[in-house]
Amino acid sequence: MARDTSRGVRDAGWGWTAFAGIVAFVYFFPVLWIIVTAFKTYNDALAVPAKLFFTPTLENFVGVFSRAYSAGGQAVNTGLELFFLNSILCAGSSVIFALIIGTLAAFGFSRFPLKGNDTYLFIILSTRMLPPIVVIIPIFLMFRVTGLSGTYPGIILLYTAFNLPFAVWMMKSFFDELSVDVEDAARLDGSSGFRVFWKICLPQVRAGLAATAVFGLILTWNEFLFALLLTGVETRTVPVAMAQTIGGDIGVRWGLLAAIETLFLVPVAVVTFVLQHHLLRGVTFGTIKR
Amino acid sequence: MSTIELRSLTKRFHRLVAVDDVDLTVGAGEVVCLLGPSGCGKTTTLRMIAGLEAPTSGDVLIAGRRVNDLKTRDRNIAMVFQFYALYPTQTVAENLAYPLHADRLPPAELAKRVQRVSDALQLGHVLDRLPGQLAEGEKQRVAVGRAIIRDPTCFLFDEPLSRLDVQLRETMRGQVKEILTGLNKATVIVTHDQLEALTMADRIAVMRGGVIEQSATPHDIFNKPTNLFVASFIGTPQMNLIPATLIGPGDAGAWRFRIGGQTAAIVVDPAVGRLAEGTAVTLGIRPRNIDLAAGGADDGLAATVDLIEPMGAETLLHLLEEGQDLRVVVDARLEPRVGDKLRLRFRPGQTHVFDQSERRVTA
Repeated sequence: MARDTSRGVRDAGWGWTAFAGIVAFVYFFPVLWIIVTAFKTYNDALAVPAKLFFTPTLENFVGVFSRAYSAGGQAVNTGLELFFLNSILCAGSSVIFALIIGTLAAFGFSRFPLKGNDTYLFIILSTRMLPPIVVIIPIFLMFRVTGLSGTYPGIILLYTAFNLPFAVWMMKSFFDELSVDVEDAARLDGSSGFRVFWKICLPQVRAGLAATAVFGLILTWNEFLFALLLTGVETRTVPVAMAQTIGGDIGVRWGLLAAIETLFLVPVAVVTFVLQHHLLRGVTFGTIKR
Repeated sequence: MSTIELRSLTKRFHRLVAVDDVDLTVGAGEVVCLLGPSGCGKTTTLRMIAGLEAPTSGDVLIAGRRVNDLKTRDRNIAMVFQFYALYPTQTVAENLAYPLHADRLPPAELAKRVQRVSDALQLGHVLDRLPGQLAEGEKQRVAVGRAIIRDPTCFLFDEPLSRLDVQLRETMRGQVKEILTGLNKATVIVTHDQLEALTMADRIAVMRGGVIEQSATPHDIFNKPTNLFVASFIGTPQMNLIPATLIGPGDAGAWRFRIGGQTAAIVVDPAVGRLAEGTAVTLGIRPRNIDLAAGGADDGLAATVDLIEPMGAETLLHLLEEGQDLRVVVDARLEPRVGDKLRLRFRPGQTHVFDQSERRVTA
């Protein structure tokens, strides 16, 4: 292995690499367990000690989409495909809305500071300081009164509000880092305020947009509590649906649950993979001196 | 007509007066350098011309029209920034083409214009690169190219060469001057580098504390500094500023001054005649305008060599005369030694007399 001594950097050697591999394996193990279990039959999944070698089966994956479940004693005729679409719709659109609103707000906070700018920013962040369980009661009541309970707009609105503080803070830190000279240059070159934002500033914060989107997506994709209490039968998201497969006549069907989880992992994994090039720069923002 | 005019231009930041009642006219095709130490208000003045900073009071006129209320983008000014301010996500070609976006040119015409500028500035081989992949000198040329690609009313340069290394600066100075001559537009260059100002400007405005101390040709700024600040700011090595007392007229147009414990007869501007005898003044003389008297002579100012700085063809001597440091540039072949006692003669007519208000005494 070539040692790059020109930058004063030496690779860590096999020992440390192996150590890092072990740590990474420990972290990844639960995910691996889930994926393996998804391909096991009901009996294989329950076997003690766990079977390392088994005949893989796709029956769990077939089951995800084709069966009707008894959930909470109530017969549900909808397959999980609806819940997956719900999850994609709710998480996806709330992330997009939060990104649009948050980026515009962040640009405003960064470039046209209000009197008491920091106070406003603090207030925005403070909405995320309470644990969800504390705010769920007033939100539940408000949703009941306004008729938002159990509707798509309701849960999307809530998730957007959820993602916004993070989006504003994150994007503001990116805009703060940009050179104002570049924007002045664009103005001298005849650009309107919006053009400066759109053509000059926004392309420079792509990494920030990617990082903000991924974090927001993970947050809302996995959200359980609000989804449990505020979605209806038709608007249920996967985490809630997953919980409701537990129980019923033959106990927890681990294979099926693992299959749902495996499929549930895919969208976030794909998005993260696609954006990983930006992510690395996004999450280390501000730590590298220009 | 491409002109810039500033009328009683003032900018205050809270209590700080950054630019104080500045009047300046830049004629068509004229290159004016705003020169001064950092914090003197030169960049703020430039930014007010560009419309990036709103004046507290006073007017900015471009091509004879008051533009105070005109937005930056409507002023049709091209500016080269100190840190180039290239658009980091756009290639060199896109950077060059950007100022033309409002003109909605057909692609072929656009390509032709980019081609022309990139040829003139030898940027052809980097057109597809991003600014981050360019060398310092190339970035500088892209910044200049972006300014000259359209036809603005006037040009502004903010410390255009300050980021380049010494050698590159020298070549770019020539190139920029050549380009400016060809453009024939009112141009304002902000710099703290006097050599840059002296070589590129038709006129230099020396600023201090938000005020233009003197606005004149490079020749006059150098040879007829209006006050002590301009005298000491311009010229390397720095002008000698020697506290002295006027004694009275001497022989052959010379005036006698007491410098420390010695008396020297120096030919100066006859306007010193209006000063009372015994007035404390400051004498200013450049290190290259002092000659060493031949050995054995007893006229001139006696001083002892304290420090020797060889500068190649010349040598800079620091001499001490009763605690007063005197800088003299002599031929390198002279090879004096520390501790030598020398006699200094000030060349006739090269010594400036500054009165107590620090202004040069002149007719």
